[in-house]
Amino acid sequence: MNEAETLLDAIRASCHQNWTLMEVCGGQTHALLRHGIDRLLPPQINLIHGPGCPVCVTATEQLDQAIALANQPEVILCSYGDMLRVPGSDGRDLLGMRARGGAVRVVYAPLDVLTIARDHRDRRVVFLAVGFETTAPATALLAMQALAQDITNLELLVCHVRVPPVLDQMLGDPGCRVQAVLAAGHVCTVMGEAEYRDLVVRHSRPIVITGFSAEELLRGILACVRQLEAGEQRLENAYRPAVKTGGNGAGQALLEQVFEPIDAPWRGLGVIPAGGYRLRPPFDRLAATAAATTPTTAASPPCPAGLVLQGLLKPQQCPHFGTACTPDSPLGAPMVSSEGACAAYHRYQG
Amino acid sequence: MPPGDDAAIELGHGGGGRLSQQLLQELILPAFGSADAVPHDAALLPAQGGRLAFTTDSYVVRPLEFPGGDIGRLAVCGSVNDLAMAGARPIALSLALILEEGLPMATLERVIASIRTSAAECNVAVITGDTKVVERGKGDGVYINTSAVGRLEHTLTIHPTAVQPGDAVLVSGDLGRHGLAILTARNELGLRTSLHSDLAPLLQPVQELLEAGLALHCLRDLTRGGLASAIEEIARGAGCRIDLDEAAIPLHPAVAGACQLLGLDPLAMANEGRMVVLLPERHAEQALALLQRLQPEAARIGTVGAPLAQASALDRRHPVSLRSALGVRRPLELGRGEQLPRIC
Repeated sequence: MNEAETLLDAIRASCHQNWTLMEVCGGQTHALLRHGIDRLLPPQINLIHGPGCPVCVTATEQLDQAIALANQPEVILCSYGDMLRVPGSDGRDLLGMRARGGAVRVVYAPLDVLTIARDHRDRRVVFLAVGFETTAPATALLAMQALAQDITNLELLVCHVRVPPVLDQMLGDPGCRVQAVLAAGHVCTVMGEAEYRDLVVRHSRPIVITGFSAEELLRGILACVRQLEAGEQRLENAYRPAVKTGGNGAGQALLEQVFEPIDAPWRGLGVIPAGGYRLRPPFDRLAATAAATTPTTAASPPCPAGLVLQGLLKPQQCPHFGTACTPDSPLGAPMVSSEGACAAYHRYQG
Repeated sequence: MPPGDDAAIELGHGGGGRLSQQLLQELILPAFGSADAVPHDAALLPAQGGRLAFTTDSYVVRPLEFPGGDIGRLAVCGSVNDLAMAGARPIALSLALILEEGLPMATLERVIASIRTSAAECNVAVITGDTKVVERGKGDGVYINTSAVGRLEHTLTIHPTAVQPGDAVLVSGDLGRHGLAILTARNELGLRTSLHSDLAPLLQPVQELLEAGLALHCLRDLTRGGLASAIEEIARGAGCRIDLDEAAIPLHPAVAGACQLLGLDPLAMANEGRMVVLLPERHAEQALALLQRLQPEAARIGTVGAPLAQASALDRRHPVSLRSALGVRRPLELGRGEQLPRIC
């Protein structure tokens, strides 16, 4: 018997009651569905797919701002590939802007933006910086380099968000059904255990730091089930040695130096206190100058992304799933992103 | 042709005048063994009994030269491989070049030399062609179209409609090397790998399968859309489900790692020297042994299932399924056609 099967047997043997677990990260959602783990777990375990898809939670107003900037002839807008197909409030997306002649560039690493800025001194080069504490340190490094090298035509549209505040809000909601959390291994690799230890204390629920392979996910689920069945609430790290207790000190120092927490809008979830980052002085001079967004008269797409992101609606329960909303013509971000829950269900369960 | 290292294509090279004549006489015709021949509007082929195969394809690739090949070799192998998928041996190739003004002459010389070497390797003559030049900025250096005529020396029907439930599905080597080589060569990812494109002619494996007397039902070379789109097309053409075993699909660790890192689907990564082979179960073992002698990573990756007419609506929508290492089946989804690397 291989390790995954052994772990599945252990989960089946340990699980006697009904439990609702939430995996935070969209990468974990995809892996769970890709390996078919959701269908191999005992029926007592209900998985809720959390808000850990950076593309999905980027607020519409921020995306509208990016699209408006990309529409300005002097701007070159740079972002990660995933962001390009998310529709803004009027249904337009950045990929469509590019097809119609807008200067939209896919970058793979934020420091690539420096080269683009240096090569196009006569243009405003705007980086749409999205992602969690995983990608924010790389944006911080870009900001530091831009100031150090005195690059004056680089601007940052910072949409970085922080995981612990949104978990704090979700777990604090009296209607929250989540009984244990699989925390996102990659975010904890940077941030370490401390913030999650605090959440365990505040909300009396087990949190297990979990990786992304089939075996790592099963190990995380088993740890949650064992704690729940034993009535325990602890922080457990099931993603060693990748996640060290203190996380990545250099990454945290970059974040601390360049950013400060700010109340931030999450798509579908509203404004989360301290849920995002903004540039602190002197880096705030890199903040992108806002472009006027055209107020849209069209009704917002009928996408209940907020309910999906909170685990209150399974993707297939959405009336638009697979009909009006598909990966080729998405109504909302969870169907676009390679980490979105709706895209995962569409892809792996048809 | 102006001598010197900085010689480049000019609009006049496509204008039909003296520059065009020079390009043809000094670079292109000598490469294909017809320098003494008087050019004419059409080449003649000897008429033969039996069946012919005919195919055409256009080649655009950036960069023009990449680890393991270049656009010239691609243009020969691509069309030769399309013939091979019908079980045909190539007789003749056409070559149409669309050049961008400013293309360094040295680059064109390397591309022409590569076409010549590849054509010789495939034992096919380049017998007709054309050259046009477009203004700077209107092309990517070189676009190539080749058409190829080939002769069938077997009586099989090698076609998706010949595929039967129960057929074995084999792949002739590991997947995704060409896609990764191109991504790396574009230098946009900061990726470094020593892996080369799999670009190669597939004539030899096909000829060996035919000479072994195996009842080939379908062959398909895996190109831009990767295994995913090729196998889906075959399933639809055959009107049958196809079940693939995910763990059996051969991937080089560098390809698997890069795909995981970037959020790309290795089954949608491009290949230029790999094919799938569908044939009756009773011939599967012999065919696999033969393919593995040429390419040790060749593997049996699946089996053709029941006719789609008897399948559920979900199976008809997604005729190909993948079984995960944990034994769970899920539908194979086709990529949109442009893979966008993910954020984290």
